[in-house]
Amino acid sequence: MSTAARYIPTRVAAASSPRARHFLYVVAALARTEFKLRYAGSVLGYLWTLLRPLMLFGILYTVFTQVFRFGGGIPHYPVMLLMAIILFSFFADATNGALQSLVQRDNLLRKVAFPRAAIPVAVCLTAAANLLLGLVVVFTLAIIDGVEVRAEWLAFAPILAVILGLATTVSLLLAVLYVRYRDVQAMWEVILQLLFWGTPIIYTIETVPERVREVLMLNPLAVAIQQVRHLIDDRAPSAADAIGRPILLLVPAFITLGVAALGLFTFSRLAPTVAEDL
Amino acid sequence: MTVETDFARRLPESSDKAPEEPRLEQAAVTCGGLWKTFRMPVDRPYTLKQRVIHPRRSRAAGTLHALRDVTFQIAPGEFFGVIGRNGSGKSTLLKCLAGVYRPTRGELAVAGRVSPFIELGVGFNTELTAFDNVMVNASLLGIPPREARASFDEIIRFAELEDFVELKLKNYSSGMYVRLGFAAAIQAKTDVLLVDEVLAVGDMRFQQKCFDTFRRFKREGRTVVFVTHDLAAIERFCDRALLLEAGEAIAIGDPEEIIHIYRQHDLGTRRSDVEAEPKPRWGDGAAEIVAAWFEDDYGQRRNVLTQAEPATFRARVRFEQTLVNPIFGVILENERGHHVFVTNTMFDRIATGVIAAGTEVIYSVRLVVQLADGAYSASPAVAYEDAFRFADWRERLVDFEVRAERPTGGIADFVHETSLDHIPTRHAVEDGVKGRLE
Repeated sequence: MSTAARYIPTRVAAASSPRARHFLYVVAALARTEFKLRYAGSVLGYLWTLLRPLMLFGILYTVFTQVFRFGGGIPHYPVMLLMAIILFSFFADATNGALQSLVQRDNLLRKVAFPRAAIPVAVCLTAAANLLLGLVVVFTLAIIDGVEVRAEWLAFAPILAVILGLATTVSLLLAVLYVRYRDVQAMWEVILQLLFWGTPIIYTIETVPERVREVLMLNPLAVAIQQVRHLIDDRAPSAADAIGRPILLLVPAFITLGVAALGLFTFSRLAPTVAEDL
Repeated sequence: MTVETDFARRLPESSDKAPEEPRLEQAAVTCGGLWKTFRMPVDRPYTLKQRVIHPRRSRAAGTLHALRDVTFQIAPGEFFGVIGRNGSGKSTLLKCLAGVYRPTRGELAVAGRVSPFIELGVGFNTELTAFDNVMVNASLLGIPPREARASFDEIIRFAELEDFVELKLKNYSSGMYVRLGFAAAIQAKTDVLLVDEVLAVGDMRFQQKCFDTFRRFKREGRTVVFVTHDLAAIERFCDRALLLEAGEAIAIGDPEEIIHIYRQHDLGTRRSDVEAEPKPRWGDGAAEIVAAWFEDDYGQRRNVLTQAEPATFRARVRFEQTLVNPIFGVILENERGHHVFVTNTMFDRIATGVIAAGTEVIYSVRLVVQLADGAYSASPAVAYEDAFRFADWRERLVDFEVRAERPTGGIADFVHETSLDHIPTRHAVEDGVKGRLE
């Protein structure tokens, strides 16, 4: 239309801060309040983030050393079990929480322009904060349990980074899909169950037949957690040993990258119209 | 009809006219041929199953044009009002300006930074204290946490909540909540502020404070885009206003004119609504109100009355049954549904006698309209047996408008005289006393 010519183009709208910083401010503020709200009204408050893994450890220790004697032959079984459970719970908490996060914050999304990813990322950050506190407990218990402190423990950091990255990108994917398709929730519940049993958490990878093992090790979480076991006690096989040939580790690596790329791509495609789709 | 031609003249026939609109070197907001189209959310498949079963349904769903070719410019430092009925596209426009929605088509440019806030108290969590909420609010506005912490005391002072800082928001009154929301929202040093219906809540004094803030913004060369139903506020504070109707910009210009057009337009559309949907009516039908209208002293029917001039409300009533001392009455209601005036023959102790079945009467009330400028409706009714039974009650049967020469803040404008008497000072009194003594 000819009308457009009448207008002198002006600068394009921008928020008060550059986008990246705006994103960080929102993530920090939301994560902080979420952490605060979680234990609002409880007497022990933040202590629960430490008490929960401790109590869980107490139960696991009693059950598996006194009742079932399931992990009898495995060194430091309760510590390994607790570690795996805490890592997996982080993944489950982050993704489950993020799944509904956009829909729950619809009021915010419909009324304020801010980087949309901040909401699911804040959920993941809160879960990560809980995870870190939990890990402090696990490592303390590990040392008490007589696990040898080794320099290899440093390799824990990159593994943790992979788990965090995977949880975050999956969270982005689930959150934005849930806005459009409510079946995502039911589906994810089933997939999480599948992942739980497809990861050497309760059982050890050595007890699994070799053919099944190859399939299990396609699961990035299984690889990560198996490697963590190996780090704690090198009598447990490393991920490469478990899969047979180290080159095969590329498959779960590609799966991780693929899932991450899918999450980021889908989110960036659907996020701009999320306010209208809610 | 004169009314229709009046606003037909104002319709932007071709956009390269519009003489009243200033040409701007650097506009604060530029909106050219803006369209926003929504896919209708009706029956949208939410689950994959529905999508599989009804693969075409979503594609068949209709579209809604919330904004149609909206074109306007706002100058820096301008206080710009947007009015329109519910669903006219006001909020959609604001959300496009705020960046919440992406325009479907057209040009949209905002010079400088725009406050992403379009409603107060967004993101407030009632389980948290003022401080936590202000911090979340600031983050959404893109304010660094350090700055937000530094300005917290000032926010609390502005919101007048010094004594309630420790309280969780769930224990706040609605007024306190809004005050905090406003104080938190204005902390962003943005060039363009978007305001949606803030004045609906909060007490008068705080509203004044809000407007004082807006005036300060104006002096600082900041632009305010203000969406509201409150026509008085538009008239008092806005430099210019935009009237939206069904997503189209009907008129842009002087607030007073725009409000005038809005009212006429509103009445026009309401009249057409009547045909589509009958207004509530009840009664046993012993008598029937056939027609009702207002007229002036020359017998000319009017739907626009002038304040302080006499007008007569008339209702033609046909009696199906013979009634003894039927009661006739009428309620005048303003836009907010307040009964601003109610009269009936029972209150006035008028004996209406026996009215035989099959006869028709005209019930008339001559009055001097002392109502504020605005849109009103009249609901006539006929009752009997000391108002225990209703023959016919027609709610909001007649829509009319009152036009006033001078503004009033109230719902009515009484005939009044104002005087100012100087009280003699003590000195003068003593002088007088002294004079008398001498």
